[in-house]
Amino acid sequence: MTLALLLDIVSWLLLSAGGVFVFIGGLGALRMPDLYTRMHAASVTDTIGPALIIIGIILQAGLTLASVKLVAILLFLLVTGPTASNALASASLLAGNRPEFAKALSEEERQ
Amino acid sequence: MYYAVTFALIITMGLALARAIIGPSVYDRVLAMNMFGTKTVLLLAVMAFILGRPDFLDLALIYALINFIGVLAVLEFFQDRASRREEENEVES
Repeated sequence: MTLALLLDIVSWLLLSAGGVFVFIGGLGALRMPDLYTRMHAASVTDTIGPALIIIGIILQAGLTLASVKLVAILLFLLVTGPTASNALASASLLAGNRPEFAKALSEEERQ
Repeated sequence: MYYAVTFALIITMGLALARAIIGPSVYDRVLAMNMFGTKTVLLLAVMAFILGRPDFLDLALIYALINFIGVLAVLEFFQDRASRREEENEVES
């Protein structure tokens, strides 16, 4: 009984923390000034958000087939999220978009 | 508690869609759609437990695969286009 209650509390904490992180990441992706800072904010929703939410759900599901599928989803998201971010950043850099801070630095050097 | 997470996920999907609509570059839109896809996977996983139908987890897994492949394909396309444009500029100059 107490163990079930403890599991419930821990999973609720994980789920709400995941929701908060996901929301913060979404807010950052909307409000940040340029593409690379936006990616920095969006990567929060690609890594720690899914990790917290899916571990929270796993604690609710227990040892079932659903947990195995959730672990597969989590591992897949943790591998592909950074890969997609890396591909996006390199594609954007190759296309000639430079980060804002790099522009500011090169202007300072010119002066 | 699932409903709170669902609410946060839907709000975040709305924010990602707003970023996808206002752009300004195509890479911002790709980033927003990647975020939107990840949130969809999470939403499917949470909905599976709200509705009590674990079949949705299969959909979430497949959606994660398709989302990843789709983002990489779109990026490859735009990277190819950007490099081709550079070559054309070099030929012209």
